Amino acid sequence: MDSINPLVASAVAAAIPLMLAALGELVTERSGVLNLGVEGMMLVGAVAAFAAVAHGGGLGAAVLAGVLAGALAALAFGVLTISLQASQVATGLALTILGTGISAFLGRGYVGSRAAASFEELPIPGLSALPLVGPFFSLTLLGYVAVALLAAITWFLFRTRGGLVVRTVGESPAVARSLGMRVSRIRYAATLFGGAMAGLAGCYYAVAQFKMWQEGLTSGNGWIALALVVFATWRPLRVAIGALLFGGVTALGLYLQTVGIHISAFALASLPYLATVAVLVATSSNQLALRRNAPASLGKPFFDGD
Amino acid sequence: MTLWKKLVLGVGALALASAAAAQAPLKMAWVYVGPVGDGGWTYAHDLGRKEVEKRLGAKVQTTYVESVPEGADAERVIRDLAAKGNQIVFTTSFGYMEATLKVAKSFPKVTFYHATGFKSAPNVVIYNSRMYEPAYLAGIIAGHMTKKNSLGFVASFPIPEVVRNINAYTMGARSVNPKITTKVVWVNTWYDPSKERQAAETLIGQGCDVLLQNTDSSAVLQTAQDKGAYAFGWDSNMTAYAPKAHLASAIEVWGGYYVQVAEAALAGKPIKTTVWGGMPEGMNDLVGVNAALPDNVKKQVADKKAEIVAGKFHVFQGPIKLQDGSVKVAAGQALTDKEIDSINWYAEGVEGKLPN
Repeated sequence: MDSINPLVASAVAAAIPLMLAALGELVTERSGVLNLGVEGMMLVGAVAAFAAVAHGGGLGAAVLAGVLAGALAALAFGVLTISLQASQVATGLALTILGTGISAFLGRGYVGSRAAASFEELPIPGLSALPLVGPFFSLTLLGYVAVALLAAITWFLFRTRGGLVVRTVGESPAVARSLGMRVSRIRYAATLFGGAMAGLAGCYYAVAQFKMWQEGLTSGNGWIALALVVFATWRPLRVAIGALLFGGVTALGLYLQTVGIHISAFALASLPYLATVAVLVATSSNQLALRRNAPASLGKPFFDGD
Repeated sequence: MTLWKKLVLGVGALALASAAAAQAPLKMAWVYVGPVGDGGWTYAHDLGRKEVEKRLGAKVQTTYVESVPEGADAERVIRDLAAKGNQIVFTTSFGYMEATLKVAKSFPKVTFYHATGFKSAPNVVIYNSRMYEPAYLAGIIAGHMTKKNSLGFVASFPIPEVVRNINAYTMGARSVNPKITTKVVWVNTWYDPSKERQAAETLIGQGCDVLLQNTDSSAVLQTAQDKGAYAFGWDSNMTAYAPKAHLASAIEVWGGYYVQVAEAALAGKPIKTTVWGGMPEGMNDLVGVNAALPDNVKKQVADKKAEIVAGKFHVFQGPIKLQDGSVKVAAGQALTDKEIDSINWYAEGVEGKLPN
């Protein structure tokens, strides 16, 4: 039984940055904007956060740098797709490539060193010793913030007027416009928020999880975050569950190897992806649920004359 | 021909050769798979290139191209370097093998040196480093430092190069303490910090307290530091990442070989034979040994290293037993290079089954 908690801890640790990035993208997509540049924004955020601590900025500066860098990258995306009406898919892909390249270039001097400051685990006495759920009470400060953000975003999207406005714009920008909503501004805000969250996820990788910088640090997790949004049918709580599931399946695959259950390593490696496909099939078999939650204008440009 | 004439001709030829050398330096080029700043594999090759520049100065002219993907781009880059008049081209990644062979056909006067491959040609020479030697020494240290008699290995792909490192690490540890066993986790990637970290967490969660990895990032080492375990660096000296957890780093050293290749070419007798070098040739090393280690451990590692360097000890000499305790290599015998290069079995003490 004492091997369960490390397994859960490993899953939780892997899930947090995925959840952060996916929640950001969820808000962006809820406003009707599809930003495929999550991976690029995460990398830019990661290198900015690492640079901030490397130059003596401390952890607050790291978070700020990560968030700002991610938002800045998202701003570039917003200018191209919202103001200039460029293709969201093409621009998002370009943003990923750009972010990968820029972060590698800016990070050259940091390869080979440990993060000068880092977030450490803050276990809550008593709770963190519980079996199974203990690891949820042994997160870093950034981890607790991520959980708080999950609650805040859920509340915002479904319990506030602001959330209703974002969802309306994503559903039908024309109707939103006719009601006097500033579609472009709202989409900008949602896109910037998505970038900031991706930047925060990158920051988590650089100074809370890996505590280092290496080229391509996020190793494709931005794409997983994108898949999680669809997987979760655009519902925040399901994003969190999906992220846990993904982290858990990877951890389980590695765990099974050490206890001598002999499944081909290649089959184990494909488990997370098989799980993703299985859940996607399950969710899309329920077309109604998918249609009810998917923003109807996702990926479609809208010109509101602002 | 009289002796006198021979002498004059010889001196003349020498003078010509050195004059030519003075006029036109030997042009050498390197093709790297990663960025020079990866702190690992490519970084080590570039240190080798810099060593050539330092030792031979104006006699050579070196260039490199970094981050060249293993595919169509590689062939274009290698062809371009050969066409630009480089007499020697080092292609430093396994995946450049076919591209190197293809370009070599079009440039018979250029000599290509391909790292870690297995196909050669008249002007394609293979070179590799016996990383299982430092892995064995790391095992000795691990054997002393483990408290739970349980080691962990984060492995990339189930190929002989990796399997023999797992065996060497385990054999080194068991030479100190025969109760030790090694758990292996396969991550099926050379580079994925996220997965490497999860693998390390899993191993530590399973009670392993000294880890080694065959992957490229420092994630395993950092995880060990966070969780109060020990680990080693791989490919480059990774002390700075985790000063407390870092026991030592197993590294390749290419500089000596690159200088030899350059000097041989300058002397007009280019090296054309496959080189699979190790500690005796100075092609790898165990560096950054943690100063906090007990003196007897440091001494034992240094002694074993000296034995390897002197050729008195071979990692894959008998007796070596398989997992079921049966004898694989009898005492007094040793595996041939060909056998070492096709190892597909776990030595006694490694847990689990080798994936196929």
